[in-house]
Amino acid sequence: MRITVNGKGMDVSEGLSLEALLAELGVPRQYTAVAVNRDVTPKSEYATVKLGDGDRVEVVRPMGGG
Amino acid sequence: MYDTNLVIGGKEFSSRLIVGTGKYSSNDIMRQAHEESGAQIVTVAIRRVSLPGSGESILDFIDTKRYTLLPNTAGCYTADEAVRTAYLAREAGLGDMVKLEVIGDSRTLFPDVQGLLEATKTLARDGFIVMPYTNDDPVVAKRLEEAGAAVVMPLGAPIGSGLGIRNPYNIKIILETVAVPVIVDAGVGTASDAAIAMELGCDGVLMNTAIAAARDPVAMARAMRLAVEAGRLASKAGRMSKKLYATASSPLEGVPDWTS
Repeated sequence: MRITVNGKGMDVSEGLSLEALLAELGVPRQYTAVAVNRDVTPKSEYATVKLGDGDRVEVVRPMGGG
Repeated sequence: MYDTNLVIGGKEFSSRLIVGTGKYSSNDIMRQAHEESGAQIVTVAIRRVSLPGSGESILDFIDTKRYTLLPNTAGCYTADEAVRTAYLAREAGLGDMVKLEVIGDSRTLFPDVQGLLEATKTLARDGFIVMPYTNDDPVVAKRLEEAGAAVVMPLGAPIGSGLGIRNPYNIKIILETVAVPVIVDAGVGTASDAAIAMELGCDGVLMNTAIAAARDPVAMARAMRLAVEAGRLASKAGRMSKKLYATASSPLEGVPDWTS
């Protein structure tokens, strides 16, 4: 299936969990947050959330800003 | 001299200067500037992680035991975007304080006050300590306070402009209008601007570019710390009244007679 992560298209295996996606991408967990299809996913649900075809995932962290 | 702390949503800070983390030439310069500024709160933006992950993080240069992180919603043009960004920040573990920006115009970066009020209401209801970046309109400041803002943060001038406090009279009226702390956010260009904000009676000053874009950001950070402290002291000390004509400082009596 195809999903979008931070604006980029990605082909991933069917039913991939959010946890597995983040591990695959090597995203550090501390100070990171994730939204799937505009809704923020609590960290406690990463393992149970299964991604679906066409899902849009945003992975964010603090960056420099004023 | 004894001074009270700046209280924001129940959290106390002895420093009244809040500084940003953007636009520094290097993370090390930023870290040194933060140190010299004496600030206890630093703002951060919430942005997409570059993928694949890892790499240098700004948080490697901010001691989070020492500094309170204040995530902003910069770049948000609707209440909905700003609210979602605040939720992301909280979920990321950045706490419940948020510098709320809802921008109405990309050229001036002036706030969209309608969206700002809406987002303030939503976030305050959800337990956030909302710190809205607003214009220098006292009526809007009052509405924000009513909507649950923990502080109001009027701009001195457009973000990143360095034009200083363009309408000190409005800032003064805002100070008389709201009971929550007033923090000038945006527009400060140099130390005297920060001192003016504090002399007006503001509770704090928030700045980024004035320090980051100085030729020597570390020195400017120190200048800003001193200016905020000086302005605060002057405000508490109560300035003399202004007079049109001179009043001699030396006694008029006892002047020697030199007439021949």
